[in-house]
Amino acid sequence: MASDLNWAIGGEAGDGIDSTGKIFAQALARAGRHVFTSKDFASRIRGGYTAYKVRTSVDRVESVVDRLDVLIALTERTIEENRDELVDGSVVIYDGERTSMQDVEIPDQSIGLSVPLQDLAEQAGGAIMRNVVALGAAAAVVDFPVDYLDEALVKRFGTKGEAIVANNREAARLGRDYVRGEFDIDTDYAIETTDADYVLLNGDEAIGMGAIAAGCRFYAGYPITPATDVMQYLTGRIEDFGGTVVQAEDELSAINMALGAARAGARSMTATSGPGIDLMTETIGLIATTETPLVIADVMRSGPSTGMPTKQEQGDLNQLLYGGHGEIPRFVLAPTTIAECFDRTVEAFNLAERYQVPVFLVSDLSMAVTEQTFPPERFDVDSVEIDRGKVAGPGYEESVADWTDADGHFQPHAVTDDGISPRAFPGTVDAAHMTTGLEHDERGHRTEAEDERVDQVDKRQHKVETAREREDLSWREFGDPDADTLVVSWGSNEGAIREALPELESRGIDVRVLTVPYLYPRPDLSGPIEAAERTVVVECNATGQLADVIEGDVLEEVDRIGKYTGVRFTADELADRIVERVMEVRA
Amino acid sequence: MSSETHFTDFKSDKQPTWCPGCGDFGTMNGMMKALAETGASPDDTFIVAGIGCSGKIGTYTHSYAIHGVHGRALPVGIGVKMANPDLEVMVAGGDGDGYSIGVGHFVHALRRNVDMAYVVMDNRIYGLTKGQFSPTSREDFETATSPEGTNMAPVNPTALAMAAGGTFIAQSFSSHSQRHAEIVKEAIEHDGFGFVNVYSPCVTFNDVDTYDYFRDSVVDLADTDHDPTNAERANDRIVDPDTEYIGVLYRDDDSVPYDAVRGPDQPMNDLPEGAPEGADRLVKEFY
Repeated sequence: MASDLNWAIGGEAGDGIDSTGKIFAQALARAGRHVFTSKDFASRIRGGYTAYKVRTSVDRVESVVDRLDVLIALTERTIEENRDELVDGSVVIYDGERTSMQDVEIPDQSIGLSVPLQDLAEQAGGAIMRNVVALGAAAAVVDFPVDYLDEALVKRFGTKGEAIVANNREAARLGRDYVRGEFDIDTDYAIETTDADYVLLNGDEAIGMGAIAAGCRFYAGYPITPATDVMQYLTGRIEDFGGTVVQAEDELSAINMALGAARAGARSMTATSGPGIDLMTETIGLIATTETPLVIADVMRSGPSTGMPTKQEQGDLNQLLYGGHGEIPRFVLAPTTIAECFDRTVEAFNLAERYQVPVFLVSDLSMAVTEQTFPPERFDVDSVEIDRGKVAGPGYEESVADWTDADGHFQPHAVTDDGISPRAFPGTVDAAHMTTGLEHDERGHRTEAEDERVDQVDKRQHKVETAREREDLSWREFGDPDADTLVVSWGSNEGAIREALPELESRGIDVRVLTVPYLYPRPDLSGPIEAAERTVVVECNATGQLADVIEGDVLEEVDRIGKYTGVRFTADELADRIVERVMEVRA
Repeated sequence: MSSETHFTDFKSDKQPTWCPGCGDFGTMNGMMKALAETGASPDDTFIVAGIGCSGKIGTYTHSYAIHGVHGRALPVGIGVKMANPDLEVMVAGGDGDGYSIGVGHFVHALRRNVDMAYVVMDNRIYGLTKGQFSPTSREDFETATSPEGTNMAPVNPTALAMAAGGTFIAQSFSSHSQRHAEIVKEAIEHDGFGFVNVYSPCVTFNDVDTYDYFRDSVVDLADTDHDPTNAERANDRIVDPDTEYIGVLYRDDDSVPYDAVRGPDQPMNDLPEGAPEGADRLVKEFY
């Protein structure tokens, strides 16, 4: 019995690849199995190769591997694209009766099952259901009870009526029965089910859920791959909690709307990808200088310019750390797992309001479009705490009168011991004040006086120092704490690194791993780096942006493993590359 | 709020640094007067300003205010109003701010029809950068950056507003102070996006579109048989190149503001100490 199954469906965009994969993933989650999905898609609506991969196990799975056990190939190209991942005994399900698939050659080591997907789908009520027939066929190969598919089919097709759901159920059963009746195959792929019930979600959805839980009420955004799912998730949900989503005319508008809402007292956010961050950068300085709390999610994709919109990269770190003219205090938070996207989003809102600064929340395409199972209690909504920071006004900790100068003016930029001054929400009586992108005095009015300029710059930077003292901005650690090799990484690479550990161990290499969710202000890594013989920084970019800042921090050279093909690291590949690097150094 | 609000309540203690005689004095005073007459108070008024001479308005007025980046005042105002429907939101900008760098936002703000007022101080020149042509400058207008004229047709703000689906489109002249205040007040009271283009002469750099020019040429629609609810007639006036109309050119009394449909009933600033009630069902949705 296989503990770990790697399954994929591939075809042309528009073939329903995504929904088929999702149905299978949900059914596996219902059957108490862990799931980790990945998508391979092109930046077009129809045509072009697209695939949905599902890795599943009774144990937690957190990355993709370079192997496929079962492949549903709706097109010949699907086989070509995945040839390298087919192993001895892999099963390929295809429709040999289809004109375009009649001459298909199944690689020697694999088992080809020709299933008349279209015919069976038509028997069930329509050719469109050939994907679901294929799902049923695949279920038979891995001894997965098709009953588990039913709930997922209701979820997918329930709104289209009972007849459609019934037809799809029938389609799955026809596929299963065909395989059982026609083939006598003996594979190791029979999979186990458990009593557990998991939730299945992607990184963008986890950000959206975190935002609502954290009291976000206003979202303005402009659609961009791969951040759009955040906006789509919030649309239709945030309204139930007194909020709203505005699709703006461009990113400049989106961030300024979000800024306006935040200034009016709402917990507010926007999400975009690199090209959108470029456009929003103008307003980041305004957010910082008006001391307005705002959360800006950057779901990175491959750049520069329009780059590869549907491909993975972690290339925006420099932009987030340094983007904008002048000196801008900010936070940069980078969740390293899908579940952590939820936690860090909640934290981003609290930090934004506690320090009245822009907070970047960095995710990446691999995390955004990947779905993963978690025990539902991993998302503990009840434990969410909302900290609005220093607010003056009735019902808040500070009184307006205490922050009003002798002439009766509220002082939104009062210089304080920690750099943070109380803010007052518009509507608060006797606290009317202005804020501006111009340098200003404590009251918010323009100044060019040298002492006031220095006071305000110091005040804004002071907030970062205060955060360093008060917040737990540390790293996460796993592996062998005494290992000679230290691996440091950020973002979605964590899962692959975690899964590479057993392979590394089997090859005699122990590593200590730090993943860093706080990129600014960031933890001091000099202790672990000094303790290790070598440090390797793993990130999906060409130049090693995190490696650069770490070198600057610790004044020591670090080694780099980068990838900028547009594809995420797999656990197998990372293990190889870490071994290679360690061997190089030993040699 | 209080019906006893006086327009001086909206004045700050800062003295304007506009050039003596600048049209913006009259434009701003009319805005304050209009606000006071609607009964708004400084504590529930939010003024958003753009960049340029017009952008200084937040400094000279007393209310909640933000002075943002060039051309982006409208989105900020939309965000403020969407987050707190109880606030009276007024956005002020200039012709460069609104019709050049911010023209995209202008068009979409008109479409979106959020319940707020937008006042543009149109002096047909860039003043703060010392005299370059603006989007509303005449084709033959000679400036430092257009020594032989702009060779471009000027933007017609009211025509643009009409084409973009504006629901309240008016023009005003800063020097006609009482009339100007009336027009702005009507924009504030309009249920939707109230747009007022104000002829606000620049005495330092524009020697063509002067007080004398406007005084001689403006025609007040109140003195005509104009019916602002008649879109066809409004269009005729708007595209008439020979007349500088003031007054309400077009008004759609049936318009439904975007925020009335998509916005919340309550200000968004009041939050519980933990996740909002019912948030646990968000997790269950992922089963």
